[in-house]
Amino acid sequence: MTNHWNDLQNSDCILIMGSNAAENHPISFKWAVKAQKRGAKIIHVDPRFTRTSARSDAYIPLRSGTDIAVLGGMINYLIKNKRYFHKYMVDYTNASFIVGKDFDFKDGLFSGFDSKTNSYDKSKWAFEVDDKGIPKQDKSLQDPNCVFQILKKHYARYTPEKVSSISGVSVKDLELLYDTYTATGKPNKAGTIMYAMGWTQHSVGVQNIRAMAMIQLMLGNIGIAGGGVNALRGECNVQGSTDYALLYHILPGYLKTPLAGQDSLEQYNNTYTPKSNDPESANWWQHYPKYSASLIKAMYSEDTPEQGYQYLPRLDNHKASQYSWIPLIDRMYEGKFSGSLIWGMNPACSSSDSVKTRKALGKLDWMVNVNLFQCETSDFWKGPDMDPKKIKTETFFIPCASAIEKEGSVSNSGRWMQWRYKGPDAFGDVMTDGHYFHEIWEELKALYEKEGGAYPEPITHLSFDNMCEENDHGHMEFSARKTAKLCNGWFTRDVEVKGKKFKKGQQVPSFAYLQTDGSTTSGNWLYCNSVTDDENKSMRHDASQTKEQANIGLFPNWTWCWPVNRRILYNRASVDEKGQPWAPKKAVIKWNGSKWIGDVPDGGWKPGTRHPFIMRKNGFGQLYGPGRADGPLPEYYEPLECPVKTHPFSKTLHNPTAVQIKGEEKAVCDPRFPFVGTTYRVTEHWQTGSMTRWQDWLVEAEPQMFVEISPELAKLRGIENGEKVTVESVRGSLWAIAMVTERIQPYNINGTDVHMVGMPWHYGWVTPINGGDSANIVTPNVGDPNTGIPEYKAFMVNIRKWKEGDK
Amino acid sequence: MMNINRRDFVKLTTAAAAGIAAVPAFGGLGQAFANTAEERAKQLSPKWTQQTTSVCAFCSVGCGLLVNTDLETKRAVNVEGNPDHPINEGALCAKGAASIQMTENPKRPGKFLYRAPYSGEWEEKDWNFCKTRIAQLIKKSRDESFEKKNAKGQVVNRTMGIASLGSAALDNEECYAMHSFMRSLGLVYVEHQARI
Repeated sequence: MTNHWNDLQNSDCILIMGSNAAENHPISFKWAVKAQKRGAKIIHVDPRFTRTSARSDAYIPLRSGTDIAVLGGMINYLIKNKRYFHKYMVDYTNASFIVGKDFDFKDGLFSGFDSKTNSYDKSKWAFEVDDKGIPKQDKSLQDPNCVFQILKKHYARYTPEKVSSISGVSVKDLELLYDTYTATGKPNKAGTIMYAMGWTQHSVGVQNIRAMAMIQLMLGNIGIAGGGVNALRGECNVQGSTDYALLYHILPGYLKTPLAGQDSLEQYNNTYTPKSNDPESANWWQHYPKYSASLIKAMYSEDTPEQGYQYLPRLDNHKASQYSWIPLIDRMYEGKFSGSLIWGMNPACSSSDSVKTRKALGKLDWMVNVNLFQCETSDFWKGPDMDPKKIKTETFFIPCASAIEKEGSVSNSGRWMQWRYKGPDAFGDVMTDGHYFHEIWEELKALYEKEGGAYPEPITHLSFDNMCEENDHGHMEFSARKTAKLCNGWFTRDVEVKGKKFKKGQQVPSFAYLQTDGSTTSGNWLYCNSVTDDENKSMRHDASQTKEQANIGLFPNWTWCWPVNRRILYNRASVDEKGQPWAPKKAVIKWNGSKWIGDVPDGGWKPGTRHPFIMRKNGFGQLYGPGRADGPLPEYYEPLECPVKTHPFSKTLHNPTAVQIKGEEKAVCDPRFPFVGTTYRVTEHWQTGSMTRWQDWLVEAEPQMFVEISPELAKLRGIENGEKVTVESVRGSLWAIAMVTERIQPYNINGTDVHMVGMPWHYGWVTPINGGDSANIVTPNVGDPNTGIPEYKAFMVNIRKWKEGDK
Repeated sequence: MMNINRRDFVKLTTAAAAGIAAVPAFGGLGQAFANTAEERAKQLSPKWTQQTTSVCAFCSVGCGLLVNTDLETKRAVNVEGNPDHPINEGALCAKGAASIQMTENPKRPGKFLYRAPYSGEWEEKDWNFCKTRIAQLIKKSRDESFEKKNAKGQVVNRTMGIASLGSAALDNEECYAMHSFMRSLGLVYVEHQARI
């Protein structure tokens, strides 16, 4: 989230699209309803009527996977009707940038496409630059090659009639949506978006979000109270664990994983440190070398940053098609991994194409699963269609301490780093995950020191002691408090920085003090400022506020928020060049003549001296985004499995760059699988249910696998409400109890009724008895080309009465 | 004899939130079909508990929790929403309200389980066995699959034979420990819940 949960109350129009906030982030809705009581509108756009729809001012159904058509139509509408916030768009976004002559778009493909590799040469999309390397601009927005004119032309194709014909949204509903939402393009109005996996889990996931980010930039809705682009994240620390880079492509703080060929730290830094010659561009990533050196020094304190860099593994590239989840599971299925550590996760149910995933686990020599409860992953070897006698995988189930049994911090969707204190003792024989990592590392270090082996230094030199404190028995053990200090960072020697003297061992006060020369550690530069010499700020429970902060519900002394306790990102865009807020009644920051008041500003420079989007090289919000794998502008494509042969926007049916596994069949207009399938969550279960399916209160409320279908589809298939049915796709089948409901309606696509089948994905065969199995048995191994996230939300299935012999 | 009314109870718990460590929590309502509050109060047997704050372990709204732990058994006796917390203001959803069952649950395993190759059964093992064996297996897989250079002859120093999956369930500090441990092993196939 650019903003945070309490801030929803400041909005004038809340668009909920790709999310069922009332059921999946229930407490968030408290703040949405607060805005509504003040007069704000809530609009819910979703394939299914939910409790979110019930409390919204308007519910607009769309066929799953057609979001870019609807959003492209909104861009067309807001340009045609001049609903944009002109000054904001011209001054703060790249609307005026001139795009180079190599850019082109034809038949659904951008220039630079290579049909052999299904990828783009992104250099074809570059901006024209002057002799200093600064992009050329036309502030009048008239140049036919400026971003604004390119946008205008691109989205003029997204007429309400075409959008309606493919999405199933009526023209009337489209007009209601467009008119209501774009009314927030006024300086004193705020519109916000709440989205979740309903947007990310598509083969066009990133472009769904980009389309909305573009709308927000054109309407001047970023950086302001009640605005922003707000991802409702699904796990209590999926934000923090992403910040801490448990992903192939990043290191903590969104640094890049090193690639082959980057043989020195200098080469690595040079590749990822952007340079700008515009004195008004803060170009914050210019500090990259300080953050990389401090991370390496946190990991390898006894080595120089250069030596430590040599211990880091390197990838061949950053392609999602090679290293992300879907290709990883495929590689496991092909028998190319001998072992796997599966920590606090249940991929036997959560991975797309669960049957394949379960088979893949059987190709391993060994597997460690750490969880609170046994699950379909730990017990995969005795699951459906498995013969333990034929499965070699040596398997460990390691139970772990629960959240309330240990201390440490988690970061919520609004980037608040909040400390948890230890309540009860760890249950039974179990310990915390931190203890497990440390003790396995100790064993390995001893083994490598004794026996040698492949390149032992990265393991034997790892400064795990930085994360440990001595216990009562004189043994070093994992300490969350010590690790929190390391993640912030400390000085490794006495130094003077910016005229301030620091002693060895002192905490670094903020990332502005991090150094390239190894004199600072920081396990994650974004968290630098969280643990100072005086306090761990994530522990703070102080609700005090200034008058300005109280006015927009900011709690700067309650816990801590990255970066540097800034609660609303890009807040320099909430004021004009004199530092005066666009919306004085809901000011986020304000220049009082000598200093900023309100939130922590995005950089302390005087107003008007820096472009506000400080993380971008040029300092502008990106309407045109030449960095994405599938094009600089969102373009409509059908899901990889879909019910139509053509769509009205181009001859290119699918995202040509989507991640997919060669040779795996997909159902496109396949009469065997005529219905759109989708998956979602319910309030009473969580993810695969590996924790909630063991809880009596929750199982009583949601006891077994069900499938929601419309009365029309039920009639078509002769299915009664409450009856057992079979749902099947190209990949597999499962049973579910039919829930026939008017919450789902057929979509009118080009004059034809298209039906949807909706399933929760919380179930699995381990527990409860007769609970059913995972919806992911039928989901496909295709994903977004930028992120690799699977298309869990739109695929093709059949549904029929259950019969003897079915699963 | 315990003589307590609702207002005193609220006072006590409020004081606890402000920093007093020990407050009574009431678990003795098993036979509580008495008619009046006074009669019910007489049946209460107070358990002296410590109150700590935590954050809900489900979605990422980050609702504040109050956890009461029995001072003798060190087990949680109650988990509820923290009324002082600015996001949830004491409220919780169905899952959050059921939080105690995640920790205090008769079906929760407290032992380490091991399944030998081709076996049909789990065996109980201790942590020492597990950590020793896991370290050996990691080392074997790492040594066998370690690539010093890629096909182009470029230095890569990576372990191709081990995949790490998870964990958004960890605290930030544990995530940092996991990242540094996995990268020290040379792993490049590191993925977690943010992807799916």
